[in-house]
Amino acid sequence: MGLQLENVSKFVGSEMHLADISLQLKPGSRYVVLGRTLAGKTSLLRIMAGLDRPTKGTVRAGGVDVTGVSVRKRNIGMVYQQFINYPSLSIYDNIASPLKIQGVPSSEIDARVREAAGMLHIEHLLDRLPSELSGGQQQRTAIARALVKDVDMLLLDEPLVNLDYKLREELREELQRIFGQRESVVVYTTTEPTEALMLGGNVIVMHEGRILQEGPTTEVYQNPASMQVAEVFSDPPINFIPVHIDGECARLGNELCLPLTEQTAALPQGEYTYGIRSNRFSLSPRSGEDVAIRGEVGLAEINGSETFIHFRQGKESYVVQEEGVHSYKVGNTISVYAHPGDFYVFNKAGKLLVAPKHDR
Amino acid sequence: MNKWEDNKAWFLILPVFIIVAFSAVIPLMTVVNYSVQDIFGPGQRFFIGIEWFKEVLSDGRLHEALWRQLLFSGLVLLIEMPLGIGIALLMPKKGWGSSACLVILALPLLIPWNVIGTIWIIFTRPDIGLFGAAINTLGLPFDHTASPFDAWVTVMLMEVWHWTPLVALLAYAGLRAIPEVYYQAAKIDGASSWAIFRYIQLPKMRGVLTIALLLRFMDSFLIYAEPFVLTGGGPGNSTTFLSIYLVKVAVGQFDLGPAAAFSLIYFLIVLLFCWLFYQALQAVGTGDKQ
Repeated sequence: MGLQLENVSKFVGSEMHLADISLQLKPGSRYVVLGRTLAGKTSLLRIMAGLDRPTKGTVRAGGVDVTGVSVRKRNIGMVYQQFINYPSLSIYDNIASPLKIQGVPSSEIDARVREAAGMLHIEHLLDRLPSELSGGQQQRTAIARALVKDVDMLLLDEPLVNLDYKLREELREELQRIFGQRESVVVYTTTEPTEALMLGGNVIVMHEGRILQEGPTTEVYQNPASMQVAEVFSDPPINFIPVHIDGECARLGNELCLPLTEQTAALPQGEYTYGIRSNRFSLSPRSGEDVAIRGEVGLAEINGSETFIHFRQGKESYVVQEEGVHSYKVGNTISVYAHPGDFYVFNKAGKLLVAPKHDR
Repeated sequence: MNKWEDNKAWFLILPVFIIVAFSAVIPLMTVVNYSVQDIFGPGQRFFIGIEWFKEVLSDGRLHEALWRQLLFSGLVLLIEMPLGIGIALLMPKKGWGSSACLVILALPLLIPWNVIGTIWIIFTRPDIGLFGAAINTLGLPFDHTASPFDAWVTVMLMEVWHWTPLVALLAYAGLRAIPEVYYQAAKIDGASSWAIFRYIQLPKMRGVLTIALLLRFMDSFLIYAEPFVLTGGGPGNSTTFLSIYLVKVAVGQFDLGPAAAFSLIYFLIVLLFCWLFYQALQAVGTGDKQ
């Protein structure tokens, strides 16, 4: 059973939480809602679940208008950032609770609880209480509880945020496998672009209560419709360079002249913004066409096995991602190379005009 | 090398030692001292061991006071705990309504105990009291100075009126500390209001309710002001609870030895019950009880 949102808006007082959202969610597909905090991700989930009533607009489930139908009458499962379980019930009873309320016979409950627990690798913890488990195990219990009833829609609101890095990776992988076996609509919110990329499926990029772009995840990543989408959906971060395109090249002041490519040469002369992800910069030329940008090192941070170098050139500052752990002296001058075909080009309004060709 | 002298930490905890010594240990030791001696006057004291303890423990009137006390504290907990939780559940969650409720609840807690006694004496007087006169007009004879039952009802009403707000405030604080998502999750499961209370609210309030229960038990077990102001322990001995009886022995009869022994026993009883309650409540819901 799919879900349809038609022109849904949500106001709390005079504050706008969601503005004119229209979405079509297909059964058996996975949707990742990506956006920074306060983008309206949770508000959207709450409306999908039926926990909140939209101020305007219609919600349809399988073609039937369910706007304002209580969540009690909708067949959904939800997992939260916090680890929400019944504190005084054992893990077994926690997972069984939605089935008991539905009046499922106890022999079937037993089988389904064990199946769900097995899927999340907590079958050895069924006698324990939630407070006796680690954070990761508590969240596994909450996920098992959401999965145990055959839901039409499974909503996960940043479920991995409160877990440590290792556990997050582990659970993310397992979730991907579990989601793959489901017929239900899965909606997953996150603030992390990497998480969206790993989970695949479709992505819905949100910003300040609006949907900026939606579509298959890789497609959106490769062709962000606007600078805002590129900013939200870039990890490593994207660099923006204000340029002036004339007949010869894309210029920034007197220092930089990026040769025009086949696509950019077709653009009328004027002001544009170039965008490049920091992993497309390199510290040595990779081909004869590469252009050098000279700048001064402002800061170098090491993240895992990568080094992020912040450097300044004139008024602009950029970030370069470099493989491996390196140390840099602040104030040193370095040269950074980029291929002219690796730049996104946005117009003055921030709309995408040219995306890099990825078959290069 | 003398580590003791180098260890400045001792100076930091010394003030606490001194305060605890003067406020608790030394007075307590004085009581212990009295409880094992027979004192006739300055310089005339004899060590008599556990004689006073034997005497006190075989005192029939003390037994009566103890049973009376246990019944009273038991009833107080049975009424105040559910009532307090109920009030907390019915209170508005936010807005001016919740502030108003909090202020109204806090009022009885702000009134000095002797004023409370006076308020209730007047309130329940059979001739001019609003409550007493009204009950009498309805044809139910009510006079706390004559009927032991009426005296009990009055003391109980005072106690419940005075202290249920404390339980309600603690329970309310406990309820407010439960994140909204728990209720959402329960809604999604389709849980009933009873299930939400039983499996979310009650377990989540366990900590504050333990404190409320211990406080209310200790306080009601040490009750003195209410019966003292109302009837001084009467009519007869019907509201002579442990502390009233203790004061009668210590101040009325000036039997310091037995009174000291009594105090120690009293103290140990309170301690024992608190420990039992605490253990029982810690075990609830952790699976240890089976």
